[in-house]
Amino acid sequence: MTGSTNIYVSGTGCTKVGEHWGTSLRHLAWEAVNLALLSSNTKKPDAIFVGNMLSSSLSQQLNVGALVADFCGFRGTEAITVEAAGASGAAALRQAILAIRSGEINTALVVGVEKMTDAVGPDVTTAIAGGADSDWELAHGLTAPAIAALIMRRYMYEHSVPTDGLSGFSVNAHKNASTNSYAMFRNLISNEQYSRGAMVSSPVNVFDSAPDADGAAALVITSSDRELVEGRSIQIAASNLTTDSLAIHDREDLLTFSAAQTSARYAYDQAGIDANDIDVAEIYDRFGVYAAMSLEACGFADWGSGWEMAQNGSVGLQGSLPISTFGGLKARGNPGGATGVYQIVEIAQQLAGTAKDNQVSDVKWALAQCLGSNGGTAVTHILNVVG
Amino acid sequence: MQVPRNWRLQKQRYSLIGEVCEHCGVKLFPPRDVCPECSHGAQTLYQFTGMGNIHSFSQVFDPPNGHIENTPFIVALIQLEEGPMVTAQLTDIDIEHVEIGMEVEMVTRKMSDDGTEGMIIYGYKFRPPIVD
Ligand SMILES: [Zn+2]
Repeated sequence: MTGSTNIYVSGTGCTKVGEHWGTSLRHLAWEAVNLALLSSNTKKPDAIFVGNMLSSSLSQQLNVGALVADFCGFRGTEAITVEAAGASGAAALRQAILAIRSGEINTALVVGVEKMTDAVGPDVTTAIAGGADSDWELAHGLTAPAIAALIMRRYMYEHSVPTDGLSGFSVNAHKNASTNSYAMFRNLISNEQYSRGAMVSSPVNVFDSAPDADGAAALVITSSDRELVEGRSIQIAASNLTTDSLAIHDREDLLTFSAAQTSARYAYDQAGIDANDIDVAEIYDRFGVYAAMSLEACGFADWGSGWEMAQNGSVGLQGSLPISTFGGLKARGNPGGATGVYQIVEIAQQLAGTAKDNQVSDVKWALAQCLGSNGGTAVTHILNVVG
Repeated sequence: MQVPRNWRLQKQRYSLIGEVCEHCGVKLFPPRDVCPECSHGAQTLYQFTGMGNIHSFSQVFDPPNGHIENTPFIVALIQLEEGPMVTAQLTDIDIEHVEIGMEVEMVTRKMSDDGTEGMIIYGYKFRPPIVD
């Protein structure tokens, strides 16, 4: 274990993911924060860490940290925004953990919030594409789906993946979201529907691609042992953030998320476990091929074979490694900088045994991994049940 | 897209000028001043031939700002013959004819235009080589 401080998740909350046309950034944040505080014994955090990606470009709002602190009734409390593109929420949690481990604070409120619908169409596409290398990728017309498409086409070529070989991830995600009341897409999809999906950036079609959405999620974490559910505490056993090149053309191997691989290895080390011990994983399934490569990076599948886990049912709720258990980015929805916090809210529910229809049986260790900039940042957290 | 920023990148984008690391010999594009292989300074300019082959490609239907007019367009990862990988658009070719491994050469074309400021940005794209 790195750091002698034990840190626990003592409260969680999140809003519905979707298009909240009538709700502002600050109101979304408050809704999640309120739920997290209600489920925790904490009434006032020592510091607030807000993960957000797009407020400066879509809502013309800087300093969301101070905004959220003030709006949630914590004016005066230390607060800061953490930005790491799609991994912003997970990076905010990472910063909160570092702060608690430093001894400066005991309790932190971690908030992920994103408001995509303050703008529409190409403005949103352009803002999100800023997660890539702006000078050398975005300038040439590359969007987030285009970058995924370049990786996906090469993945399918090098690993001889059949056409529609990545469909299993989307089918599984939609199935799990169908019983999740806060998910964006609760409809089931079939392999046939997947095959007919309209192209966003070939070969990535609409069913390969997670919907960009509004949403907020919040966590209370603390070094004092607090119970989330009677008799059980949820502990953060490991936390790591690793970086790679932003641009995919600068990667040593286009088909390896090497930051994700390194981050997972450090996290297993900290927790004193290996990949086989993980009972449930929330990974960055923004595109089917990212799910496949994340499974490989985390050691759940050999290089080039991650896609097979979706085709053979291993990733289902009853499979050997359930993923996207509440729908993942693909069907719960992808609220940008909030996504990494949703993942933690979800694995905390799996560990607490409160996931209802989405519950995986007998969960002792759970992993959440969030990526920013198509793997340019990888943040891995491992949680477990103690007591 | 901001004027000073595109002016700064003009030279590299017009003619594919990168750098070579005098310490370990690796050739770099885009230019980055610090060698990612050996961490030494790499500021000696190097003119790439512009020849390469297609490592992967995609046709984009959902464009960012500045690229709406020529949608759908084709983007690709090009492995230059000197080693580096470059991201660029393909031109003078239909999507049905694009294949992984295909040889391409660099040309200078209009890359994007900014509707609000009316600024047109030129830079490299790649096309099948014209054989004499
Ligand atoms: Zn060097």
